[in-house]
Amino acid sequence: MADIAVKSGEEARDVARPGLLQKTFLKNLPAKIAALPMMATVLVVFVGCTIWTIYYSFTNSKLLPTGKFVGFEQYERLFAANRWNISVTNLLTYGAMSLVLTLGLGFLLAVLMDQKIRFESAFRTIMLYPFALSFIVTGLVWQWIMNPTLGLQGAIRNLGWEGFTFDWISNPRMVLFALLIAGLWQGVGFCMVLMLAGLRGVDEEIWKAARVDGIPTWRTYISIVLPMMRGVLVTAVVLIGSGIVRLYDLVVALTNGGPGISSEVPAKYVVNYMFSGGNIGQAMAAATMMLVTVLIIMVPWAYLEFGGKGKRA
Amino acid sequence: MKKFAVVAAMATALLGTTSAMAVDLEVTHWWTSAGEAAAVAEFAKIFEAETGNHWVDSALAGSGTGANPVIISRIIGGNPMGATMMNTGRDAEELIQAGLMRDLTDIVADMDIESFYVDPTQLEPCKYEGGLYCLPVNIHSWDWLWLSTAAYKKIGQPVPTNWDEYVASWPALQEAGILPFGLASGWPINGVPGVLMAGIGGSDLVLRINRDKDPEAVRGPEFRKVAEAMDSLRKVTSPETMVPSFGDVGNQILKGEAAGNIHGDWLAGDLQIAGGVPGVDYECLPGLGVGTQLTGGGDSFYFPVLPEGTDPAVLEAQAQLARLLISPEAQLKFNMVKGSMPIRTDIDLSGANACMKKAIALLDNGLLPSGDFSLSSDTQQQLQDLDLEFFADESVTVDDYIERRAEIIAQAD
Repeated sequence: MADIAVKSGEEARDVARPGLLQKTFLKNLPAKIAALPMMATVLVVFVGCTIWTIYYSFTNSKLLPTGKFVGFEQYERLFAANRWNISVTNLLTYGAMSLVLTLGLGFLLAVLMDQKIRFESAFRTIMLYPFALSFIVTGLVWQWIMNPTLGLQGAIRNLGWEGFTFDWISNPRMVLFALLIAGLWQGVGFCMVLMLAGLRGVDEEIWKAARVDGIPTWRTYISIVLPMMRGVLVTAVVLIGSGIVRLYDLVVALTNGGPGISSEVPAKYVVNYMFSGGNIGQAMAAATMMLVTVLIIMVPWAYLEFGGKGKRA
Repeated sequence: MKKFAVVAAMATALLGTTSAMAVDLEVTHWWTSAGEAAAVAEFAKIFEAETGNHWVDSALAGSGTGANPVIISRIIGGNPMGATMMNTGRDAEELIQAGLMRDLTDIVADMDIESFYVDPTQLEPCKYEGGLYCLPVNIHSWDWLWLSTAAYKKIGQPVPTNWDEYVASWPALQEAGILPFGLASGWPINGVPGVLMAGIGGSDLVLRINRDKDPEAVRGPEFRKVAEAMDSLRKVTSPETMVPSFGDVGNQILKGEAAGNIHGDWLAGDLQIAGGVPGVDYECLPGLGVGTQLTGGGDSFYFPVLPEGTDPAVLEAQAQLARLLISPEAQLKFNMVKGSMPIRTDIDLSGANACMKKAIALLDNGLLPSGDFSLSSDTQQQLQDLDLEFFADESVTVDDYIERRAEIIAQAD
């Protein structure tokens, strides 16, 4: 009898003051079990592989990850490599232009779609279609269109306009714009659909109120609707941004880094040195630098977005 | 009980048939152009006829830069093919060291291969700690200048007999609207600097740079001549005039749209399939008409170690294929179609065409080790990046180019 009494007393105490351990692991147990596979994936695939990558960037591994620790040697070589520096500059230029133009054009198209036009769903489908194509297909299609002898330039010259020039793809100074055209063609439709969903999420009452106050439509879009679409904008920026950082397949299909090395991008450097160059150390150093760049942008943003919440509330 | 007996009988019957039946052997390679595909079909035909096994052809696009990584990652990733072709050289060095390739010593032990290989240096990259891990099946060389007879007929000049005459003919060609140098986009440019180095710079320069990795040789006057030749070459090529593949350059040469091209001997296979006759429709100058030695690269076959529990018949098929590839019959048939030189000295080459005969004559001077032999793929990738940049960007001066190349060679491994 006494034993039982003591036990129930202990139990009662446990229930009254659940330990930290119990709170973390036992509360809402089924949900946690369901999340286990995802957590394992995150830990092993994302965190584990990231650590692996960073570790091997400090070794002199060649084809197989067996190298010795060499400190910052791989990074010294990386920053001295002309191709890497060109790749980074290219990505920054392309990224800035692509981000601004995709968002701008996406929003503009969404606003145009929002004017209660006829056949809206048909237009929406047409605009979204390029997104259904992979970057490889996009790249190949545009490679043919922009090929100076076989594509648009050749066709128009054959029609009689001899002076017509559209040789961006073979011009080292313009080749980034050629990439941009293909990238925008593929990506703007998706951005438009996101923005359109955001626009539709704005309460009709707000529009009525704005109209009653006599605010011009364009002003309502810019000053009232756009700030209300914050969530959609963040989603769009994250999606476009991640697409820019990993830019690889479009370049491979459209220009293969050419002419020369004028349209190289960091991801291609990583793949080339890992596989055809057989230099894992160098490739991992480059991959780590890509990660660092992303973190430099993401950490302050995440801090502002999530860390500042307490103050705002 | 009766049922069980029937099932057991069927099972034994099935087992019996499978072991007696031919096995599939997957072979990967990147011989995808018309001439190359015809050549590899010769190997497949002989293999199927002689052994009754089935050659599963896995041709991979993209050559050494596209296909090689696929092959390597399949082997590293534990999904090895039965046999694979790779360039003779250091690409597979680490795979051999990691024990992923099958030792062929016992398989070819009774063939006395040392005695019939044209140049024993060909076997060097295959050897590791007393084992033999690959078999070179041909010698091919980048060192060829292909010239179009049709183009020179148009401008009324004799077909050049060496590099200098060829360079001198460029202005007249350009005036007549003919491309002096046809070029395919992508990897074909990668071989050109090595060819110029061997032809214009000479064998000593190649050895000092590739084998001894002496940066001072790069800064010396001989290499400057090579760099200047590349400088003049980049002035007559432009991305706008490039064609998609090297086979297309072959067609340009046959039609007389392009006057010349530096490309490996595998172009010969394509020229022949397109109906070209050497000496009539096109001329070939091994070593640019000035060099005395060819750089000998080549293709080798590797046989990856297959996972535990593989059907012994497949292992046997690997061994059979290894012996067949270097047999006189297969060597002759394959190389006649491909336009490369056989690795055996003891076969009758009287059927060889005019271009191959020129090359066979040069073989007596021995082979120069190609970049694949002496430079790691990492160094080759760095040189390739530099060459591509130099070719496309005229703001990179000859001096910059030499200095940057010297730095890469100084750090080469």
